[in-house]
Amino acid sequence: MTEFLDQIFIIAKNGALNFLGVFLPDWMILLARILISVVTLVAIAPVVMMYMTWLERKVLGRIQNRYGPNRVGIFGLLQPIADGIKMLTKEDLVPKNADKVIHFIAPMVIVIAPLLVLAVLPFGRNLIAADLNVGLLFFLGVSTFGVIALFMGSWSSKNKYSLLGGMRAFAQMISYEIPMLLSVVPVILTTSSLSTVAIVEAQLQGKWFIFTPWGGFASLVFFLCGVAEVNRTPFDLPEAESEIVAGFHTEYSGMKFALFYMAEFISTFAISGLAVTLFLGGWDGPGILPSWFWFGLKTLILILIMIWFRGTLPRFRVDQLMGFAWKVFLPFTLGNIFIAALWVSLPFPGNFIADTIGITVILTLLQVFNRKEMPKKRKYLCAN
Amino acid sequence: MFGWGIFKGMLVTLWNFLLTYFYPKKGIFTVQYPEKKIPVAQRYRNFPFLVYDGTPHMIRCVACKICEAECPPKCIYIVPEKDPEGKVLKKPAVFDIDYAICMNCGICEEVCPFDSIYMDHEYELSKYQRTEDLMAHKEELLKPWEHFAKIRPLDFERIEAKRAAKNAKAKPAAPAESSAQKPGPGLIPPRQGQEK
Repeated sequence: MTEFLDQIFIIAKNGALNFLGVFLPDWMILLARILISVVTLVAIAPVVMMYMTWLERKVLGRIQNRYGPNRVGIFGLLQPIADGIKMLTKEDLVPKNADKVIHFIAPMVIVIAPLLVLAVLPFGRNLIAADLNVGLLFFLGVSTFGVIALFMGSWSSKNKYSLLGGMRAFAQMISYEIPMLLSVVPVILTTSSLSTVAIVEAQLQGKWFIFTPWGGFASLVFFLCGVAEVNRTPFDLPEAESEIVAGFHTEYSGMKFALFYMAEFISTFAISGLAVTLFLGGWDGPGILPSWFWFGLKTLILILIMIWFRGTLPRFRVDQLMGFAWKVFLPFTLGNIFIAALWVSLPFPGNFIADTIGITVILTLLQVFNRKEMPKKRKYLCAN
Repeated sequence: MFGWGIFKGMLVTLWNFLLTYFYPKKGIFTVQYPEKKIPVAQRYRNFPFLVYDGTPHMIRCVACKICEAECPPKCIYIVPEKDPEGKVLKKPAVFDIDYAICMNCGICEEVCPFDSIYMDHEYELSKYQRTEDLMAHKEELLKPWEHFAKIRPLDFERIEAKRAAKNAKAKPAAPAESSAQKPGPGLIPPRQGQEK
């Protein structure tokens, strides 16, 4: 029974393919095999996004001592659908001086990247759309591509706020991409594979990478960089509503605006999914419940933590944001690779001692070098 | 320690989040408006209403037009009723209040010598149109004296005592006429011309 529930989606897919095989030629079956996975992902992603907005509004509301949406349907469960209808009926405005073609394309391009990366996420045992042997590289490469669409939107709007938001997004995403990649390197070092499935299989039976010294820090850095990567609070400078009206999507309305949000939420989901895959053992969990449930649960927890961040933390200043990436994360992740190498190469008691020493040294150095220099007493040169 | 402040802040928000579920009295303050309402204070005032005793025919207003004259934005319009011979009766035929003009000052309530106009607690007055829909006519303005007792019990007691004292003074003058009328709960002062 557990086995059946675990594999229910694969069984359903194979059943559908067998049924189609009765009256379709072989090459169409091959096409159908791809299409079923693709269509499922593309159909589920917007639903996930809709209910993430609902969850976010609910949890944020509760954090701020109020009910979230609770008018449309029970617990406000139909709220996302009502919002969708509202978005579709809104007037679609294009600024007079905008670059119309790029302004039109940008919201469509921006959802492509988060939809593509879902293909390499292992949602459960055997439950992956495409088990690429460079899956991790694919994910990190394609998710960066979203920033170009974002900049397309901001540039083509011909609006100073949009452009500022786009510039900030570019600076932020490129800065945070580097520590994010470097924090993943120890995982690749340990598993010697770039395939997401192989990475999960290396962590089965509770040997999650988050429990190792290097993994704990790497997962923290990865998660924070992920939050920055998807422009969520406290790293939401590109759309800082109190500074630059709405950042890169100032000039968008209606469904185009909703597509920007969709991209943001799907990439939030994808980043959380990748963090689960890399550090939290993916679909590994007690065998009583199906593997996809454990993946979903862990992803949900990470999403909730992101919402929790949003309900708690104020926005970074631009210089703090850049300083955080370049002065804290980057040296730390570089050192972390060395720590992971020590962990892998030394025998059991030695690696613990070496890692403890290494992490202490790195943290101390970071503390020392990042200390703010404040002059004790002001010297007024022209006092007399 | 580095990051300790963030951790403390996160705990605060988590605490607030949990309070809303496990101790809603302390954690959640929203009043779910159409279903629940915050009770308004007794001295809250919005738009005036006209008082009647017992049945809607027994309007206290005698169409003296004092409120019409005193009203600062001139939102009250009164036409007294006339009998077939053209004699003016002490009763309004038309009593209109334009809600679009009324500024809720409550001066009409203060100047009325017959205790017949009081400020109401009604505040859900959305209308589709601002000229005719917002013009309240006599029929919509009329409310029983018991309504006043319900919305403003303290004022009701005070006014009842005042009216009783006044009535006791006036009573010996016209005992026959007041007995002819059906006495309402508020002891109506004797009126002339109402029998005709």
